[in-house]
Amino acid sequence: MTILTAKDIISGYTKVDILYNVNIKVEQGQIVSIIGPNGAGKSTLLKTIFGILKPRHGKVELKGEDITGLKPDKIVQKGISYVPQVDNVFPSLTIRENLEMGAFIRNDDYSGRIEDIYTLFPVLKDKSNQKASQLSGGQRQMVAMGRALMLDPGLLLLDEPSAGLAPRLVSMIFEKIIEINASGVAMIIVEQNAREALKMADHGYVLAMGKNVLDDTGEALLTSEEVGRLYLGG
Amino acid sequence: MAELIVYGIVLGSIISLGAIGLTLVYGIIRFANFAHGDLMSAGAYIALFITSVALPWTGLPHTTFGPFSFGWEMVIAFPVSMLIVGGVAIGLDQILYQKLRNKNSNAVIMAMSSLGASFIIRMIILILWGSDFFFYRPGVLRPAIEFPLGIKIRPDQILILFIVFLLITGLHLFLKMTKMGKAMRATADNMELAKVSGIDTEKIIIWTWCIGGALAAAGGILYGIDVQLHPAMGWNFLIPLFAATILGTIGNMYGALIGGLIIGISQQVSTAFIMPTYKPAVAFVIMILILLFRPKGLFSGGKE
Repeated sequence: MTILTAKDIISGYTKVDILYNVNIKVEQGQIVSIIGPNGAGKSTLLKTIFGILKPRHGKVELKGEDITGLKPDKIVQKGISYVPQVDNVFPSLTIRENLEMGAFIRNDDYSGRIEDIYTLFPVLKDKSNQKASQLSGGQRQMVAMGRALMLDPGLLLLDEPSAGLAPRLVSMIFEKIIEINASGVAMIIVEQNAREALKMADHGYVLAMGKNVLDDTGEALLTSEEVGRLYLGG
Repeated sequence: MAELIVYGIVLGSIISLGAIGLTLVYGIIRFANFAHGDLMSAGAYIALFITSVALPWTGLPHTTFGPFSFGWEMVIAFPVSMLIVGGVAIGLDQILYQKLRNKNSNAVIMAMSSLGASFIIRMIILILWGSDFFFYRPGVLRPAIEFPLGIKIRPDQILILFIVFLLITGLHLFLKMTKMGKAMRATADNMELAKVSGIDTEKIIIWTWCIGGALAAAGGILYGIDVQLHPAMGWNFLIPLFAATILGTIGNMYGALIGGLIIGISQQVSTAFIMPTYKPAVAFVIMILILLFRPKGLFSGGKE
């Protein structure tokens, strides 16, 4: 079943368009990776899907329902969560409070869900009452992902989850992403680290200059000569 | 000297109430509200209206209230005035500041609009009450109690400290324990991420104005009880408020509390050395010094 489709998206900031007729599709349980050079519009696409930017043209559909132009706080209620690339934690709040904020729209008892997040990222449990500002980059990324998972979303949007992390932490975060996906969460991942992102992807899209260039299974893109030459550095 | 320090703590605790509101609002919407001092005046005069017009009109007898310089009416007037000014602050935001915010107006336009709002509030007070001084209960003796070290304190002042303590403890618990309080801190930290998390930030802004306005009203009334009411009282508080806010690192509630106390104590203690007329200049000098040497305030290390 198709969870999300973005059709013919034209979007960008107030005065400049970044995306020109971009199309992507996510099937149930898939990891979809979006790769491409800097300035290709990858983050812009995530922001447009999540309602932070309003597309000038095109349509975003979640399970057949038109969600184009809805604001982020409404999109969250539809079961999509988003982890921004930077500033993705509340620095003066404790880890536990960060997770609670992820569950802000829940009115039921979500303590079990917090335990789930601690099981996924055990290191966070010990630091539960520490402020997020005191965490390392990798731990912050875990808090950011944990916050986004509090609502048990059907689709998770990750903007450069490995950005700025040490290599050892990068592979750890990717392992966690695979683990989260295995629990049934579909994902769209935007990544600079194209090779790793395609390895775990069911489907991959290559964007350049705000346009779709290629799309295929992750494996096919990894072995494609053109992708290798242009986007994977030989 | 010890007495001046105690008076400074009383004045400082009143400044803190205003400064905390100012800093909370700044923390959320990055906006320096020049009308905040006049919200303090509004609170004081609304309480005066309730104690001297509204409640006497009901015909209930006027009695004193314990050893304090006000009658039982104040027990009703205090919370009611806080609520009303909370509402006034929300109203100001909805009909004025929010419109400008949505147009992405720059900081100068926002500052000027709040300056305009402050004139409007002050002029309304002048029209209704004139420019005379008022007391909540004129003609009452205000005896002081003697404490060791020759400190003379009026029961009013002890009550003021107690009320400020209650209000600040209440606010602290609200911010730390409740969902709405935590969401307010989250929004102050990072409004974009708050929106992304599904927090209704417009609602948070309304709550923040309400709390800021209510605390300002409390500060204004307490100053009225301690000293007197005057249409320019809140306006005169503006420099101490900003000095306290900047001293305590803008956006930091606990910083504003400490900043308020420091400003209050410095102002009172200064009267031992310089003419009391120059008292307001002390806050101004402190503000200039902080801006020159530590522009981010005393607590700029962490965000809290």
